[in-house]
Amino acid sequence: MAETALAIRAEGLRKTFGKHHKTALDGLDLAVPRGTVCGLLGPNGAGKTTAVRILTTLIRADGGRAEVAGVDVRRAPRAVRRRIGLTGQHPAVDEILTARQNLRMFGRLFHLDARRADARAEQLLAEFSLTEAADRPAKTYSGGMRRRLDLAASMVLAPQVLFLDEPTTGLDPRGRGEVWDAVRRLTAAGTTVLLTTHYLDEADQLSDRIVVMNNGRKVTEDTPAALKRAFGGDRLEVVVATAADLPAAAEAVARVSADGTAPEPDAERLRVTAPVTDGVLALTDVARSLQDRGVTVTDIGLRRPTLDEVYLRLTDTTAHEEPTPA
Amino acid sequence: MSTLDLPTLDGPERRVYWAVRDCWTLVRRELVHLIRQPSIIAWQLGFPIVSVLLFVYVFGSAMDVGGGADYVSYAMPGMFAMTMAFGFMNTAMAVAVEKERGVIDRFRSMPMAPSAVVTGRGISDVLHAALDLAVLAAIALVIGWRSDGGLLASLAAFALLLWLRFALIWIGVLIGLLVPNTEAAGNLFALAFPFGMVSSVFTPPSLMPDWLGAIAMWNPVSATAGAIRDLFGNPMPTGGSWIEANALPMAVIWPLLITAVFLPLAVRKYQRLSD
Repeated sequence: MAETALAIRAEGLRKTFGKHHKTALDGLDLAVPRGTVCGLLGPNGAGKTTAVRILTTLIRADGGRAEVAGVDVRRAPRAVRRRIGLTGQHPAVDEILTARQNLRMFGRLFHLDARRADARAEQLLAEFSLTEAADRPAKTYSGGMRRRLDLAASMVLAPQVLFLDEPTTGLDPRGRGEVWDAVRRLTAAGTTVLLTTHYLDEADQLSDRIVVMNNGRKVTEDTPAALKRAFGGDRLEVVVATAADLPAAAEAVARVSADGTAPEPDAERLRVTAPVTDGVLALTDVARSLQDRGVTVTDIGLRRPTLDEVYLRLTDTTAHEEPTPA
Repeated sequence: MSTLDLPTLDGPERRVYWAVRDCWTLVRRELVHLIRQPSIIAWQLGFPIVSVLLFVYVFGSAMDVGGGADYVSYAMPGMFAMTMAFGFMNTAMAVAVEKERGVIDRFRSMPMAPSAVVTGRGISDVLHAALDLAVLAAIALVIGWRSDGGLLASLAAFALLLWLRFALIWIGVLIGLLVPNTEAAGNLFALAFPFGMVSSVFTPPSLMPDWLGAIAMWNPVSATAGAIRDLFGNPMPTGGSWIEANALPMAVIWPLLITAVFLPLAVRKYQRLSD
């Protein structure tokens, strides 16, 4: 198998469903380099799961082509299946079997001989911190443990490419942390990961690059930091002690605002915010001028935009406009 | 992370080998389920057992199936057939659960033999049904049912019962793949109930209104019930129609027809799931 630099390559993937030909994918392009984590981000119905299902050979695209680990998904689905792992939206493990029995069964179904399937199960139990619970039925596990078992099951053949379709849906913060740690260990070991998620902090935490999708297409793609820079920029935030001080604060902030407009004060939270270009200068300027005017400032600071803001802006505007590359 | 040599599965012999081995792996998993949760059998046998008690002891005294036949001897073979007939709901439910949990998607994304999920389910369910039958037969013996047909004929009767169950597996798999969720699969009882009841299971079709009796006679469940009554040497009052006289061959042909139609449909649906 020739080594290519891309673990996932998709060109113009199209897919429609049902009698009404609802478009799920409308010409999706993807290029994920080996050993990186790509986060697919987008609202419900953006086509994230459809993309994963095509790339994991579960469904066929109506148009376009895709290669996973250098293998064409349409022409050689069986060869693709030997090189990928899939963790879907629900933990797809047997609840009645124990973790050990589950992993041995998956080992056999991945066509390892019995001895190697057993040995691999022990390795995976240790890697995913499940050795202690290995002989309890999976239904007694916490959500995070079940997910870890699910991940372990998709890692039996040490796949080159791992697909994680909303891997932490329904987990509490502790469970999410456990799954994130497990994913980080896998990526550190060189596994390429395609991750879909609703949680923006998850994409931010785990991804090298983020692809934002909407209406079955790629809207933009970049690193999390660059996306935040390109679409947000810093914001200055001033909180004052009384509502009477709000107009003064708004006036001070307006003078340094990047777009030059007067910010709308948030009367409920006694807060004024505005986008700024030179954050530190603006901060000291506003702080000094408010101090001179005797305004009591309870909080002042620069805020990096969250990915949520970037996401909302992107998926909101692109419903009407053509996508603009970042 | 250790790297593993990728096992090969090329060539037709290898394909057959993996199809059999993957199927066996899945059957073994079902056997572990049974060992770990024997209560599954109790739950699934709950309905036939309650039915036995209701029909034999509550309604039985008022039941006259004609020909002076003893009702326990008439109803028990019917109960066996009905349990096999209702078995497709267990199959449908098991498939719907696996689909909902994403287990089927995982299997389909793996390099395992694609047929194994369907065949593994089929073999597991036949084994399960054999166990169900053994428990039911033991209960039947306790309440006074006997086979007068001899060992070979009795074994043939049980084989016909499993043959019916086997055929209905494919309907169960198809329905399990078609229903949107497990809740819908749970509602199947409304469909299964008339299928099991409008038959010769509890009452001879000749005692029903003509049109209903005709449906009941042609019901595959009636063919199996009639055939095993014959083989067990249990009473089978008939209206003398052609279909009733040919219950034995029909008990072979019906499941064959059902399999011929629904096995390809089930496999096709599995292969094109969510496409």
